[in-house]
Amino acid sequence: MMNVMRLFGGRSASAPVARERLQILLSHERGRTGTPDLLEMLRSEILGVVSKHIDVDPDKVVVKMDRGKFVSMLEVDIEVPNGVQRSKMVAAT
Amino acid sequence: MAKVLVVTSGKGGVGKTTSTAALGAALAQMGQNVVVIDFDVGLRNLDLVMGAERRVVFDLINVVQGVAKLPQALIRDKRMENLWLLPASQTRDKDALTEEGVKRVIADLKTKFDWILCDSPAGIERGATLAMRYADEAIIVTNPEVSSVRDSDRIIGMLDSKTARAERGERVEKHLLVTRYDAARAARGEMLSINDILEILATPLLGIVPESQDVLRASNVGCPVTLNAASSAPARAYTDAVRRLMGEAVEMTVPVERKGLMDRLLRRRAA
Repeated sequence: MMNVMRLFGGRSASAPVARERLQILLSHERGRTGTPDLLEMLRSEILGVVSKHIDVDPDKVVVKMDRGKFVSMLEVDIEVPNGVQRSKMVAAT
Repeated sequence: MAKVLVVTSGKGGVGKTTSTAALGAALAQMGQNVVVIDFDVGLRNLDLVMGAERRVVFDLINVVQGVAKLPQALIRDKRMENLWLLPASQTRDKDALTEEGVKRVIADLKTKFDWILCDSPAGIERGATLAMRYADEAIIVTNPEVSSVRDSDRIIGMLDSKTARAERGERVEKHLLVTRYDAARAARGEMLSINDILEILATPLLGIVPESQDVLRASNVGCPVTLNAASSAPARAYTDAVRRLMGEAVEMTVPVERKGLMDRLLRRRAA
């Protein structure tokens, strides 16, 4: 279909892309207004759990969300230095 | 029974002020008593688009604060005696508008006019929420473009939750007005189509205003397009929209590209 349009139109139609992107985005945004930012909440809670056991630099924790039409991907990336020190909190207990 | 209508969009530059002026003038042409209110405190422009910028003495905030009486602040249109403007303040802070004050002014206007059109500022802050606060109906102005459609979706959510009607468990009737629609680009698949927008926003369509030089020309001279070029395509679209607002069943036609042989030749040469 795209190829046919390219033949006649000279360049590909971008409106279907716009439509699809909007549909995905809005299905996530609706009903979410007013609640605190989910990603920031996940980031701080995950950081809390991890730092109970390992010393991590809060700036080295990256939480990413890739929203798809049917499923979304939550990606958590935590940089742990080599020769890791067990957290003092754990050591104390 | 007076109707309070908010013209809103979320995004700036989509044509709220132009549309407020055009719809207000079209309602007045049909014999209705109309007032258009500029809620864009600090960045007023409805006076300019209506051609009344040199006659502003008092404004909405003066009335809200009791500095001026409502009849002193209302400006009568030079062309139509049943069309009035309540301008925004240019110098005051938007926090000078209070919910109580706006409620009082609108209640007062309701006793004098058939239609009260509130021109909302862009954004979702105080000015925009106050403009929609006491609305019975809303016109959401949308361009066939992703950021405009997304912002319209936000505004629709606010109309359903943050208005006085919504809080009373009633509904603000919503109408979608698509502006700057370019039929040729939509046909080539370069622009969201009317169906795309309707499907995404799930809001009834009030009208489709085609992209046109007549709109810019009208604001250049300070005259609503429905008065300045009454037979132009955008003016007809606004007039049809107003007839639908008044309950008339007017057939909706999606603008199509008119492509004559000369246009084709000229376009090819220009490209």
